[in-house]
Amino acid sequence: MIFTLAAKELKILFASPLAWVVLAILEAIVAYVFLNQIDAFDAIQPKLAQLANAPGITEIIVAPLFASVATILLMTVPLLSMRLLAEEKRNRTLPLLMSAPLSMTEIVLGKFLGLLAFLAAVVAMPTLMALSLYAGGRLDPGLLLGNLLGVALLAASFSALGLYISSLTAQPIIAAMGTLGALLGLWLINQSATEPDSVLHYLSVIKHFEPFNKGLVNTGDVAYFALFTLTFLVLTVRRLDRERLGG
Amino acid sequence: MAQQASSVTVSAHALYRSYGSRVAVRDVGFELRKGEVLGLLGPNGAGKSTTMQILTGNLAPDAGSVHICGIDLLEHPRMAKALIGYLPETPPLYRELTVDEFLRLAAKLHRVPRHELAGAVLRAKQRCGLAEVGRRPIGSLSKGYQQRVGIAQAIVHNPEVVILDEPTVGLDPIQIREIRALIRELGGEHSVILSTHILPEVESVCDRVQIMHDGQLVYSDTIAGLKQFRQGHSLVIGLRAPPPHAELQALEGVTQVEDISDTLVRLHFNPGANPTDALVQASVARGWGLYQLSPTQASLEDVFVQLTQREETEALP
Repeated sequence: MIFTLAAKELKILFASPLAWVVLAILEAIVAYVFLNQIDAFDAIQPKLAQLANAPGITEIIVAPLFASVATILLMTVPLLSMRLLAEEKRNRTLPLLMSAPLSMTEIVLGKFLGLLAFLAAVVAMPTLMALSLYAGGRLDPGLLLGNLLGVALLAASFSALGLYISSLTAQPIIAAMGTLGALLGLWLINQSATEPDSVLHYLSVIKHFEPFNKGLVNTGDVAYFALFTLTFLVLTVRRLDRERLGG
Repeated sequence: MAQQASSVTVSAHALYRSYGSRVAVRDVGFELRKGEVLGLLGPNGAGKSTTMQILTGNLAPDAGSVHICGIDLLEHPRMAKALIGYLPETPPLYRELTVDEFLRLAAKLHRVPRHELAGAVLRAKQRCGLAEVGRRPIGSLSKGYQQRVGIAQAIVHNPEVVILDEPTVGLDPIQIREIRALIRELGGEHSVILSTHILPEVESVCDRVQIMHDGQLVYSDTIAGLKQFRQGHSLVIGLRAPPPHAELQALEGVTQVEDISDTLVRLHFNPGANPTDALVQASVARGWGLYQLSPTQASLEDVFVQLTQREETEALP
C-alpha cells in the first residue's frame, strides 16, 4: 500500500513539467561540475605523478562532484517536497487518502518514499558519471560508496523535513521557502561556533556529511541522519493526526 | 436477532464536534439499514459536512461513537473505512491523472484485489457514464464530469456504505437525473447517505430524511412523513376588492390573515379545516372578486422555520 502511494506521488511528479525541468537543469549543472573536475585533474596530473602518496581520481573528481550534489539537494528538495501535503490540502484531495483504509503512517511513508524515488533519479546521473571514470582509470569503491551513502542519508533527511513543513501549510510556496530556510539554517548553524566542541557543530548538517564525503562512515553520523529523518516523519504523522482531531 | 443486527450498516451515537468555541455538531445520532437511502438536509453551516466527515473518519468526534457494519470506526479505522465510499464536498481529484489511472488508484487504495482492479474500474465508469473519457486527464474534464469521477471514486470498491456530500452540485439537469437514478440504484444493494439542500432531490431519491439545524438533528422521518409535514396550512388568494381582515378572519378555520400585496392575501388555517369552500362562496356573495387561489406547499425554508421555531417555543418554560 505504501508503494501504491509512492508510485502515485512519482506519477504525479512526472505528470507535471516541474520534475522534468528540475531533472534537466540539475543534470546540466552536475555535468558541468564533473567536466570541470576532469579538466582540473588533467591539468595537475603530471605533478601528481611525482608525488609519493598522491590523491586518486576518486578524491579529485568524485568527492567534489558529490559535494555539489549535496548542495543541489539542499536547493531542490524544498521545490519537490513543497507540494507533497500542502497541495493536497489546497486542492482538498487529502480526504481521498484519509477515507481510504490507510493508516496515517502509511500515507506519510508513501509520500516520503515517492520523493526519495525521485531523488534517486537525481543522484543516479552523477553516479553514472563517476562510474564512467572506470573507462580511463580505477576508482576507490569505498570512497564512492561512502559518498553515495552520505548523499542518500542527506536526501532522506531533507525529504523528511520538507514533508513535515509541507504538512504545516496549505500554500506550497510557503512550504518551499520554509524548508529552504530550515535546511540552510541547519547547514550553516555552526558558522558562528568558536569552540570546537560546541553543540552547534553537532547540529550542523554539513558537519555530518563531510566525513562521508571523505569516505568515512561513522556510526554517529549515520545515527544523526537516521534520527533526523525519523523525527520529522513522526512529527508529520502526528501533525496529520492532530488535524483530524483538532479544529 | 443476529440477522437484524447485521442489517444495520451505519450506527452513529451521540456525536459531538466543535471547532474552537463553535459547536458544529451536537448530539447527532442515527441508524441506517442496508438498502436505505438517507437524505441529510439542512442550510449551509448546519453541520451536514462535519457529520459526514466524522462518519468517514476524516474528522474525529469530540464525543460519541460510529459503527460501520458493527465495526467501531474509531477503534478499527482501517477495517471500517474499507466499507465506506466517500465523496466530499469538493471532489478529491488529482487533475494530472487520467480518469482510468485515478480510478485504478482509488480502487488500489481501497484494497481491491489486483485481479479485480480492471473490472472494478470498468464497472464504476459505466455506472457513472464515464466510459468515453477514460483516457482523458481529469483536469481537462468539465465540472459535471469531474463530479461524476468523484462519485465513481466513491463506489469503485463496491462499499457497503456510500456517503455523498452534495453529489449533484454543478451538474446539468440531465446529469442530475442520471445521478439520481444511480443513487437509487446504489440504494438497492448499499446504504447511501447524501446531503443536499434541494428538497425535491430528497423526495425523489431518499427513503428517509433527516434535517439538521445548528448542528442538531431537528427532524427525522420517512419521505411520506415529510410530505405530510410539508402539506401547507395556508392559501394564497388574490382578491380584486379585498374586504377588511376581520371579514376574512371570520371564515371558519382561518387562524391568521397576512397581506402580501394590495390584492394578494395569505390565509393560515387550522389543519383539517380548509376554508376554500367557504371562501369561494363568500367571495361570490360579497363581491370580493376572487381571481387567484393557490394552496401553498411549505417550501424547505418554511419547513426549517417551522422546525426551528417549534424548537424555540418548546424550549420556553
